[in-house]
Amino acid sequence: MSSIIIDTSASRGVTELLRFLLESGKIDAAITMRNDPENNTYDLGLITDASNLDEAVPLIPVMTVNAGQALSSISISRKKIAVVLKPCELRAFVELVKREKGSLENLLTISYTCGGVFPLDTVITEQIEELLPKYKKIILNGEIPVNTRDTCRTCEHFIPMNADITVSVIGECKPGAGCVMYLNTEKAEDFAEDFAGERSDRKFDPSALKKTLDARLAEKEKLFASITKDGPGLDRLLDTFGKCVGCHGCSSVCPICYCLLCDFESANFDYNLPYFEEHLSRKGALRLPPDTIFFHLGRLTHMSFSCVGCGMCSDVCPVDIPVAAVFKKTGEKTAALFDYLPGRDVEESIPVMVYKEEEFPDIG
Amino acid sequence: MKKEFTPRITSFLCKWCSYTGADLAGTARLQYPTSIIPIQVMCSSRVDPVFLIKAFLSGSDGVLIGGCHPGDCHYETGNYHARRRFAIVMGVFDSLGLESQRLKLSWISASEGPKFARVANEYTEEIMALGENPTRKSIFL
Repeated sequence: MSSIIIDTSASRGVTELLRFLLESGKIDAAITMRNDPENNTYDLGLITDASNLDEAVPLIPVMTVNAGQALSSISISRKKIAVVLKPCELRAFVELVKREKGSLENLLTISYTCGGVFPLDTVITEQIEELLPKYKKIILNGEIPVNTRDTCRTCEHFIPMNADITVSVIGECKPGAGCVMYLNTEKAEDFAEDFAGERSDRKFDPSALKKTLDARLAEKEKLFASITKDGPGLDRLLDTFGKCVGCHGCSSVCPICYCLLCDFESANFDYNLPYFEEHLSRKGALRLPPDTIFFHLGRLTHMSFSCVGCGMCSDVCPVDIPVAAVFKKTGEKTAALFDYLPGRDVEESIPVMVYKEEEFPDIG
Repeated sequence: MKKEFTPRITSFLCKWCSYTGADLAGTARLQYPTSIIPIQVMCSSRVDPVFLIKAFLSGSDGVLIGGCHPGDCHYETGNYHARRRFAIVMGVFDSLGLESQRLKLSWISASEGPKFARVANEYTEEIMALGENPTRKSIFL
């Protein structure tokens, strides 16, 4: 598979590719991050008219919604769509495809080596444009920007898996080196045919990102140690999730939590008088709203093995519970039971959908 | 006088094997402790992980799932799925530092009345050694 080198910035190069695809009619729509200059806000845009691409900032380190989740219903249309995603968003989407909540068939997925995103708090309170020069300098150097999401700082899967096109952003992409796009699939070759830029047979070299990987792994160890620092057990659980106000924001922004009717929002959790009477007769007191910790434990068992660690949940939590860090840590453990890595391969079944006759000899 | 601790073990027993096994233990007049609180389910795979967690957080000292032996499921593959889900719950408990010893899965066939009585006795003893589940007293769950 080949690569394309364009003499422009990576961001501009991707925008031009989208423009070319839209104008040539190869795609019907493009999905990319956008900057609304009037309000100086960022959002994920679904664009059909190429003139709207002027505001595109495809590689901006901001995630307002997990694009994998946003793509879910759009992707099942018959329209051809090119989408620019962060590696974790693409993995989340692959997880949704496995759950028949999306389709890769009509998509051209463009992803990039990701330096991590700023928390939404930062996006609201600070000028991202002002933070960018320093951010770029740090990620090009293989270091970790301290003001990015904790799950990003500790993310080891920053190289896209399964992307049709991989754009080099961190590591080898030195300023002035141009925009390098690796065409990983035949689909990508077809779409990018006739697109400007110099062709080469350069292959993507992950070893250039070794420094970033090592730094992230070290950071991950620190994060995991920090969420269990006061010793394990029930007290710690209360300490972590005790602040929960039960808004269910974490599950509504979670790309993996896809159930149309979540058990926790179903009639099973309509609290009625008998429920209160029964509970009070045993314990004499009840925290309101009830079942907030139950909700998190339930979610952990239902989908932690598919957690891609995008960090949306922590970002929207009104009481700053480190939801994403807990899910990432627990998810790695539950996924490892089945040698599973969420989003690695669309053909790989979700652990709870399959089984082996001989496994877990210690159970039963 | 201090009241002796009687554990409460919420037990989800599959209709075809373990529940029938428990019945057999009864008709054979085998002794097993009253700590076992049986709930009949159609299959061990009917036990959603949240059932285990709800029982645990509501103050059950132990939670037991009883199912058919692997390969013997009435619905052919239900217990294989139950085993995977149970492994996930155990993984979550271990990761959070919760007492995973309070959860147990056991394969007990319809003809294994003695095994049911043995598992009930042994598991009750294990739970007695662990003591009361701290969730019983905690109102913030």
